Amino acid sequence: MNQKHQEDLSHIRSMMERSSRFISLSGLSGVFAGLSALIGGLYVCQLLEQNGINYFEASSKEFSLSLIYELITTGVVIFVFAFFFGIVFTVRKSRKDNLPIWTSSTKNMLIHLAIPLVVGGVFCLALLYHQMAVLIAPTTLLFYGLALVNAEKYTFSDIKYLGFCEIILGCVSLFYLGYGLIFWIIGFGVLHILYGLIVFKKYK
Amino acid sequence: MGMIDQLNKDFESRVRLGIMSVLMVNDWVDFTEMKSLLNITDGNLASHSTALEKAQYIEVKKEFVGKKPKTSYRVTNLGRVTFNSHLNALEKLFKAKN
Repeated sequence: MNQKHQEDLSHIRSMMERSSRFISLSGLSGVFAGLSALIGGLYVCQLLEQNGINYFEASSKEFSLSLIYELITTGVVIFVFAFFFGIVFTVRKSRKDNLPIWTSSTKNMLIHLAIPLVVGGVFCLALLYHQMAVLIAPTTLLFYGLALVNAEKYTFSDIKYLGFCEIILGCVSLFYLGYGLIFWIIGFGVLHILYGLIVFKKYK
Repeated sequence: MGMIDQLNKDFESRVRLGIMSVLMVNDWVDFTEMKSLLNITDGNLASHSTALEKAQYIEVKKEFVGKKPKTSYRVTNLGRVTFNSHLNALEKLFKAKN
């Protein structure tokens, strides 16, 4: 009797968890997103060096048009790379655990993630428009952190700690304008890798 | 045996426990999603959900999305209260034994 009730309770708990949270997010997705950001960031450093620009000394950062295109391409490649591996590992994990992917909790998580991200994106475009590009790095970190904290209810709650770290980093970087690249590499590269490894070990 | 009496007979089956647990933490959940969450067959889900509907623990909504019929479920207030007291009874049972 006791055995049956014990199983009932754990069944209830697991059904509540499975149905309300998106738990297929793989830690490896985080690691690969971090790696691509890290490699991309280092590539940008090298790119600047090749073009004879010292990132930390140039007082006015006026880049040639071709360099800007190259930087944008790098950004897009990083994003596609991270996105692609994020999906691959998540699909793999949900197959392994026999969980459906496209559920209402997945949609909820994506919506709650998207709201601050879209607002942040518009904010960054406005910063570019007003030629305050120096504020873009802190802004992306801050809005990304807020997005993660916002999505926390619909996935592993560990993600909020990553969110808090991004927010703190974003706040710090507000006072060190001009070092955006370094903060980006730490925030999107190093923190993602650390988070991914921790989550991967915890839920393996 | 007084405590066991407080356990609700309507929630004895694992499938019904599953349906109620899912609905406690979600708003409307549709048939296919429920089926894949609980990993059960169409007929199994249909019969258990009908039983829960008859007991007025859940609410069933049938609508058409395009040409496809879609069935969704939601927990009623009665269902919420009853399921909570069922959970409390289960918990008490453990406390008494330990």
